[in-house]
Amino acid sequence: MAPLANISKQDGAPELRRRSQLLFIFIVVAFLGLITRLVFLQIVEGERFTYLSENNRIRIKRVPGTRGMIFDREGQLLVDSRPSFDLIFVPEDSERPETTLKLLAGYLRRDPVELLKTFEENKSRAAFDELVLGRDIDWPAVVAVETHQLELPGVSLRARPRRNYSDGPMTAHVLGYLGEINQKQLKLLKDQGYVLGDEIGQYGLERRWEELLRGQSGGQQVEVDALGRRVRVLHEVTDVPGYTVHLTLDRQLQETAFEALKGKEGTIVALDVHSGAILAMASTPAFDPNAFARGIKADEWSGLIKDQLRPLSNRATQGQYPPGSTFKIVMSIAGLEEGVVQPDSVIQDPGFYSFGNRSFRDWKKGGHGAVNLHKAIVESCDTYFYQLGPKLGIDRIAKWANAFGLGEKTGIALDDERSGTIPSTEWKRKRYRQPWFPGETVSVAIGQGYVTVTPLQLANMMAAVANGGKLYRPYVVNKVESVDGATVREYGPEVIRTIELKPDTLKRVRAALADVVSAPHGTGAAARSQLVSIAGKTGTAQVVEMKGGYVKTEHLAYVNRDHAWFVSYAPVENPQVAIAVLVEHGGHGGDAAAPMAKKVFEKFIEIQKQSTDKQQVKADGESRAN
Amino acid sequence: MQIDRRLISHFDWPLLFFSLLFVAVGVTTIYSANYDMAAGHAGPLPMRQVTWLGLGLIAMFTALSFDYHYIDRLAYPFYASMLLLLVLVLVIGHSGGGSQRWINLGFFRLQPSEPAKLAVVLVMAKYFQSDEPARGYVLRDLWVPFVLVAPLIILTLVQPDLGTAIILGIVFISMILMSGLRLRSFGYLVGAGLAFLPVAWHFLKQYQRNRILTFLDPDRDPLGAGYHVIQSQIAIGSGRLFGKGYLHGTQNRLDFLPAQHTDFIFAVFSEEWGFVGCAILLVLYFIMIGYCLRQVQRAKDRFGALLIFGMIAIVFWHVVINVAMVAGVMPVVGVPLPMVSYGGSALATMMFALGVIMNVSMRRYVF
Repeated sequence: MAPLANISKQDGAPELRRRSQLLFIFIVVAFLGLITRLVFLQIVEGERFTYLSENNRIRIKRVPGTRGMIFDREGQLLVDSRPSFDLIFVPEDSERPETTLKLLAGYLRRDPVELLKTFEENKSRAAFDELVLGRDIDWPAVVAVETHQLELPGVSLRARPRRNYSDGPMTAHVLGYLGEINQKQLKLLKDQGYVLGDEIGQYGLERRWEELLRGQSGGQQVEVDALGRRVRVLHEVTDVPGYTVHLTLDRQLQETAFEALKGKEGTIVALDVHSGAILAMASTPAFDPNAFARGIKADEWSGLIKDQLRPLSNRATQGQYPPGSTFKIVMSIAGLEEGVVQPDSVIQDPGFYSFGNRSFRDWKKGGHGAVNLHKAIVESCDTYFYQLGPKLGIDRIAKWANAFGLGEKTGIALDDERSGTIPSTEWKRKRYRQPWFPGETVSVAIGQGYVTVTPLQLANMMAAVANGGKLYRPYVVNKVESVDGATVREYGPEVIRTIELKPDTLKRVRAALADVVSAPHGTGAAARSQLVSIAGKTGTAQVVEMKGGYVKTEHLAYVNRDHAWFVSYAPVENPQVAIAVLVEHGGHGGDAAAPMAKKVFEKFIEIQKQSTDKQQVKADGESRAN
Repeated sequence: MQIDRRLISHFDWPLLFFSLLFVAVGVTTIYSANYDMAAGHAGPLPMRQVTWLGLGLIAMFTALSFDYHYIDRLAYPFYASMLLLLVLVLVIGHSGGGSQRWINLGFFRLQPSEPAKLAVVLVMAKYFQSDEPARGYVLRDLWVPFVLVAPLIILTLVQPDLGTAIILGIVFISMILMSGLRLRSFGYLVGAGLAFLPVAWHFLKQYQRNRILTFLDPDRDPLGAGYHVIQSQIAIGSGRLFGKGYLHGTQNRLDFLPAQHTDFIFAVFSEEWGFVGCAILLVLYFIMIGYCLRQVQRAKDRFGALLIFGMIAIVFWHVVINVAMVAGVMPVVGVPLPMVSYGGSALATMMFALGVIMNVSMRRYVF
C-alpha cells in the first residue's frame, strides 16, 4: 500500500459518530415529512385529484340533435337545417393568441382589431374555454381556415346545423325563430338537457313546438392529451333528430297573402271553413328569421324591438283592433236571433242617430234613406245599427259576440295570442268599477268603443257563418312525424262550440254578405272577382274619434288614419275558405283591404284547380292504363 | 495494486444491490414515461438508460477500485478539471431548454454540473480531514473551502442551473456542519445568507423568480409557471392508494406532466403505483441512506467518514428536494431523483458517489 499523507487517526472519528446519530434523527424527520405530504396528496385529497385528472383527460363533445324540418300542407319544405361552420378559438392552445388572431384576420380578410376586441373582452374566461369568433362563416373562410390550420394553433371549425328558413320573412311570424337559450330558460329547462349556448325556439312554432322539433343531443366522451388533441373516443351517444312537422299552411297561398300586403302594415289570415285549418297567415312588416339563425347582431336586434311598426309582432294573433263595421255581422245575427229585428221593416236614415243629447253620425253624409237589414249590411249603414244597439242591449250583444269566439283566445298553438275585448256590463264593472252607460252601446253597435278583436278571431267568425255555426279551433300543425316517417301525432278539426242559428238568420245574413261584394252599392265591390263569388263585409276602424266634419283619409296624418278591414268567405254557394284582412291605417276597408282578399281567394281557386287538374291527369292516366 | 482477498470478502454487496434496484425502478418508469400509445412500445430512452447503467457501473467500480486515501491527492486535480469543464460548458456548451448545460462528446452529452457535486465533497473532505479544533471550526477556517466552492456555484448559476447550484450550496453547508463548525459561527453564516438573499434574487433569471413566486402561490398563473406544479400534484394525488396501474397513468401518458422522464419522474411513478409504491420507494431510499450512515460510524478514519457523509448528503438532498418539489412543497428547481431519473451524467455521478462509500466501507479493516 502506498504511503499516504495527513492520515490523522486510524481509530475512526468519534465526533462524526456522535453527529451522525443526530443526523439520523434529522433524516427520519425529513422522510416522515415527505410521507406526510404524500398521505395528504394521495389519501386525503386523492379523490379531488382523481376528479381533476379525469377533468384534464376527458372532454365531452356535445352533438346537438338535428332540429326537425317543417313542411307546408303540400309537402313543400319551409324550414330545414343546413350544415354551417362556426369559427372557434381556444386561447389555451395557442402560444401567442394575438399573433394567431392577426394571422387569422389576414386569411379571412377581416379587421384584426375586431377579432382582438372579441378576444380581449373574453379574457376573463378560462383559457381553455372556447371563444366563438364567428357563426356560420362563409365558404371561402372555411377553406382559408382549413388550408392554414397548421399556422393557426387553437383555431378550429365546428360544424353545426343551422336553421334555414327558405322563405325568410314570408313565414316569419308563424314559424318564429331560434335564439341562444337565456339564463332564465336555462334555469327552467336544465333538467331537459339544455346547456349554455344551446339554441332554443324563442318565437312562433319554433317555440311552441320546441319539445318535438328539438331532437336529442348526442355526444362523445373524448380523451384528449395536454394539447387538447383527441386521442380516442371513450363513449359515444348518437344524437336523435327532431320530429318533422307538417303544417296546414299552403306555401303558395301564404306567398300571395304576403305579396298582397307588401309595403303595408297589416295581416291576412285564411282558414278552411270546415276545419279551422290555417291556410295562410301573413303579417307585415316582417323580419328575416335567418338573421337569428346566423346569430343576430346587437344593432339588428335593437332595431327590431325598437321599430315603431313592431315587425316582431304577429298581427293576426297579437294585434287587437276595433272591428268597425265588420261587427255588424254579429249585430245582425244577434238582432235576428233575439227577435229584435224584423228583417223587412224599414227605418229612415237621415245621416245621424240621436241618443240622449248626443248625435251619432253615419259614415255617409245625408244618410242612406229608407233602410232594411239587407241594405244596412250591404251599404254598411251605421244609423241602422245605432238604433239596433240599445234595442239589443250590451249584454245580448256580448253574448252573441262571445258565441262567435270574439273576446276569447282561439287557442291556436302559437304563443302570446291575445283575446281582444267584448265589453259587457259585468266587464265594465270589473274593469272600471262603473255602470254601463246605454250611450256606449251605440258605439259598440258599429264595432267601436271598447270592442277590440284579433284578425284571426274575425276569420274564424266568418268561417262559422259560412259553415252554418260551427266554431272550430284554428290549428296550424297537421301532423308530426318521426324521421322514419312514422306518425307521432295528428291533428284535425276541433269544434269549440256549435252556435244554434235559425236557417232564416243564416240565409239573410249570407245573402247580404254576398251582395256586399256583388251588389251595385255594395261597399266591398272592390273584391268582386270573375273567378270566384265572394261574400264579405268591409270595416273601417277608427283610430281617433272624429269630431266635427268629414275628413278624407288622404288628409289625415298617417298614424291617425283608420284601419281597413275586410272579412269574407268564398265561394258563396259552397264556402270553403274564410279570409280576414286588416290593413293598419289603410283607410276604407272597401278600398284597401277588399282587393287583397280577392287576390288570395283567386289564388285559392287557382291552387284548387291545379290539384284537380293533377288528379284528373292522374285519373286519366289510370283509366288509359286500364 | 494487488487485490486483497479481504477486500473482496468485504465488498459492499448491499449498496450494489440498492443501486441496481433503483436503476431498475428508473428504467421501468422511464419506459412508461416514454411510452408511445400509438406504437404500443416505448421510445429509445429506457434502452439508453440501460446503457448509462453500464457507464454508471464503470464509474462505481472506478470509485472503489483504489484505496480512498489516494483521493487526498486526486481531490484538487479533480476539482480543477470540474472547474475547467464548467467554464468550457459556457463556451462550447450545448443549450437546451433555455440553459447551457451540456458538452457534446459525440456518443454522450456530458453535463459537468453533475460530477461537480462530487468535487465539493472531495475538496471539503480533504480540507477538514485533520482533527477538529477543541471548540470546533470558526468562520475564519471556512475561507479556503468557501473560495473553492463559490466558483462552482457561480458557474452553475450562470448556465443557469438553479437546482445544481442549490445542491452544491446545501452539500457545502452540510459538510461544514458535519465537520464541526461552531454553532455560533453557523448562526453568523445563516444571518449573512439571509442578508444576501435580496442580492441573490437580483441575479436570478425571470423564469427562476417566477418559479419561486409560483411556489408561494401556485394559482398565480395556473396555465403558465404554475402549470407544472399543479399538474404534478394532480398526477401524484390521482394515484391514490394503489395507483392507476403501470402504463395507465393518464397524466403521464397524455403529456400533462412536464419533464416526465427526468425531474418529474416521481410524479409518473406516483400516478401509476399510488401511495403504496411511493412509500416503498421512499423507504428504500431511507434504508439505503441509513445503511450508509452506519458506514460513517464504522469508517476507520475521519477522512473516510467525511467522504461517506458527503456522498450521503448528495443522495439525501437529491431525494428530499426532488420529491418535495414534485409534490409541491418546494419551488420547482431542476434536481433529478437519484438513479431513477433519466440521464447518464446524473446516474454515473450517483453511482460514483456510492462507489466512494463502498470504497471506504470495504477498506475499514485494511491497514
